[in-house]
Amino acid sequence: MHLGSINWFKFASPASFFAVAERLARAFAVLAIPLAAAGLWLGLVVAPTDAQQGDAYRIIFIHVPAAWMSMFIYLVMAAWCAVSLTLNARLSAMMAQALAPTGALFTVIALWTGALWGRPAWGTYWAWDARMTSELILLFLYLGYMALRHAIDEPRRADRASAVLALVGAVNVPIIYFSVKWWNTLHQGATVTLTAAPKMASIMLTAMLLMTLAAWFYAIAVVMIRVRAIILERERRTGWAGALAGAVR
Amino acid sequence: MSKAVVRSPIDHGAWPGIAWALRRDLRLALRSKAELGVQLLFYIIVVTLFPLGVGADPTLLRALGPGVLWVAALLASLLSLPRQFAADFADGTLEQIALSAYPLPALISGKILAHWLTTGVPLAVLSPLLALQFGLDGNELVVLAAGLLLGTPTLSLLVAIGAALTLGLRAGGALLALLILPLYVPILIFGAGAVEASRAGLAAGGELSVLGAALLAAAIGAPLASAAAVRIALD
Repeated sequence: MHLGSINWFKFASPASFFAVAERLARAFAVLAIPLAAAGLWLGLVVAPTDAQQGDAYRIIFIHVPAAWMSMFIYLVMAAWCAVSLTLNARLSAMMAQALAPTGALFTVIALWTGALWGRPAWGTYWAWDARMTSELILLFLYLGYMALRHAIDEPRRADRASAVLALVGAVNVPIIYFSVKWWNTLHQGATVTLTAAPKMASIMLTAMLLMTLAAWFYAIAVVMIRVRAIILERERRTGWAGALAGAVR
Repeated sequence: MSKAVVRSPIDHGAWPGIAWALRRDLRLALRSKAELGVQLLFYIIVVTLFPLGVGADPTLLRALGPGVLWVAALLASLLSLPRQFAADFADGTLEQIALSAYPLPALISGKILAHWLTTGVPLAVLSPLLALQFGLDGNELVVLAAGLLLGTPTLSLLVAIGAALTLGLRAGGALLALLILPLYVPILIFGAGAVEASRAGLAAGGELSVLGAALLAAAIGAPLASAAAVRIALD
């Protein structure tokens, strides 16, 4: 098939994307479950106990994928926001709206598991490490984005105002990270740094990558389900959504 | 002389726009001097409460001083927010401003400059006096005032983005703090860090340079983002 013959904008319409999203959600959910099972089995059963940290290190199989996803989702969300502002596309804004809660969830998981791991490893739940501090600020950025969306009743204004905020935040994330890092090194020599990662056994690395893929696919599946709900809610006055509701009823 | 170019007698460039908005907002601010005083009093009282809360131990106060003064300045700059756009939005002036022939980012830059002159500058000028309460002296006072002079305009610029985004919303004030305070983090770190460095006997030039760089970046980006946000709110 000639590339030019594909109508690339077909799926930018919420009505036609609604059906695609269902298939995508199902496919990625089906993929995520065996990946997560394999990753957990490798990580919790097969991987050997760490010589220094004992079994506590196994939390990284949740922690690291969650931390990666929390940052990655913010970037994806900001990218959708940029698309929605420049092309004025409703579906892009709906995608950004659907991504935010999942991103915030992964941020909370990363912070929570980090604290649980920090207690046995560092002897404290919380240290003002550069990564932890910027992760916490990332959570505030997600919450601010969601709060702003929530405070605006008119959906199109909410789309555009929160898109501006997400983009301003995206510009700030690296600045915040480096300023916190700089602040931390100035204030006290960190007793334990996360940056000096120990050489990792390949089985652990495999488990972590499997878990990352599982987290990624889970995120796609959940976002697709959520975007379907958002599409239905916002398009409820259109003919196709009414027909769908009639068919279900 | 064959080409007849019709030109407006008024220059609608960026600089006249900034000057116009600056003059207007300064005049408005100076007509309600009590409002300006309230913000300064807030700053003084918050700073004064800290020694009462943590005790009057001189070494502790000297260690806390830079951070307390900076955090109080951040909070005080949030307090003056409604003046930036909300009043103009409520009576429809903002719509007329957005419709004018001047570029909107320039008009907003003028408003931000006026906001800084009436809130940031008094805070910065007053802060060395308050720093005396915390036992800071000599060079630290100079660095504190210089840092605030470089940092508070950045705060005014960031506040403008948040104020424009939350125009006319029910949860305005608290929501704005949630949106803007995370973005303040770098300014706080380098501002308080500059005083901290000079307290430790180090040169504070690096931190002050970073504050200056942040100011330049924000001065370019923030008026554009605020103008976009104002247009969204007026739609």
